[in-house]
Amino acid sequence: MPSLDDLKKRIKSVKSTQKITKAMKMVAAAKLRKAQESAEKGRPYSQKMQNIILNLTKSINDPQNAPKLLVGTGEDKKYLCVVLTADRGLCGGFNSNICKLAKTNFKKILSEGKELNIITVGSKGHDQIKREYGRYVIKKFSFKDKKNISFNEADEVGKEIISLFNQNKFDKCIIFYNNFKNVITQIPQAQQIIPAETKNLKEGNDQNFSYEFEPEEDEILEDLLPKNISTQVFKALLENAASEQGSRMTAMDNATRNAGDLVDKLTIDYNRSRQASITKELIEIISGAESL
Amino acid sequence: MSEIFTVEIISPDQTILKQEAHEVTIPSYEGQMGILNNHIPLITFLRPGIITIKTNVEKKFYVEEGTVEFSNNNLLILTSTARDLANFEKASVNDLLKKAESQLDKTDTTDKERYVVSYKIDTLKEISQ
Repeated sequence: MPSLDDLKKRIKSVKSTQKITKAMKMVAAAKLRKAQESAEKGRPYSQKMQNIILNLTKSINDPQNAPKLLVGTGEDKKYLCVVLTADRGLCGGFNSNICKLAKTNFKKILSEGKELNIITVGSKGHDQIKREYGRYVIKKFSFKDKKNISFNEADEVGKEIISLFNQNKFDKCIIFYNNFKNVITQIPQAQQIIPAETKNLKEGNDQNFSYEFEPEEDEILEDLLPKNISTQVFKALLENAASEQGSRMTAMDNATRNAGDLVDKLTIDYNRSRQASITKELIEIISGAESL
Repeated sequence: MSEIFTVEIISPDQTILKQEAHEVTIPSYEGQMGILNNHIPLITFLRPGIITIKTNVEKKFYVEEGTVEFSNNNLLILTSTARDLANFEKASVNDLLKKAESQLDKTDTTDKERYVVSYKIDTLKEISQ
């Protein structure tokens, strides 16, 4: 049985933890609004970009001569996985969910005897992945000191991916990130960006436009495809940022509630033991008086 | 017959503009291009220049690069550099101008880049007047 003093100290410490988690929740909620807004505003750009690419893909008659970024190298041996995570912890299962998904994929790739390369974005993901797959990690990015994610950061990652592709370092590229559905639900996702995944896109608009290209189609594709890679990475970063805050908010909300429960429980314990000690003292006094 | 079509200008972080228009002029890579409704499907690039959107009122945007798609009477402009001329401060125009000019002085600039930068300078000069 802990003494009254000990209980008092514990209650105090739990209460101050509660204050911290509550503050973190409030900060996350404020940041979430901003992040969510920019994630939602960013969606049209990446979607439309995908659509243009899709329309362009349809009009390609000669897949052999099409740019490799679009149709792939035709092989399936080397994989590049880009794992996008947060730079900070204390956000529930956010980072672990991405890493879990990524690790299942790594296992599959390795068990098929294929070559694996990993790029991590965000220090938390790197910490989790390097334990098991450290030797596959070829590059790590961290945008810890950046307050807001801008297109430049995404471009940096995108350019790295493209330069690796041009060096023939991989055939397929997959990015892992959390898709922001709502505040409570974030869905970890694996998206293949090289070669561009066309089957997942809406097959609905089947009108076969014969586009007029200016300048030539090849030139357009050459410029558009790298841009598309960066755009997809940017979209993933934005979704991730919103998911991180959402996840942190829920986690901190839970933590605050747990701390509240704990304080209640400890207070009951405290009162009980205080009562017990009073009763004990009374008994001692009474029995002392009786013996006189 | 309606003569209206939709214009959208979208940057990576937001939708800058979505409205109806009678006529839009864009600085395409190979020259100014006017677009009316029922234009044939088109995909092209932008070079630095000014996008003019004409309805009852005229709107102008400065762009440095971008991708344009026109299909189904829907003009889509994807760019990360669109600036509304109505609130484009002189200081930032001059800033961009200086940067562009210094780029032209460098020796390692390729001809293609020079072509783009020279348009940028012309446009910026036009704006600052």
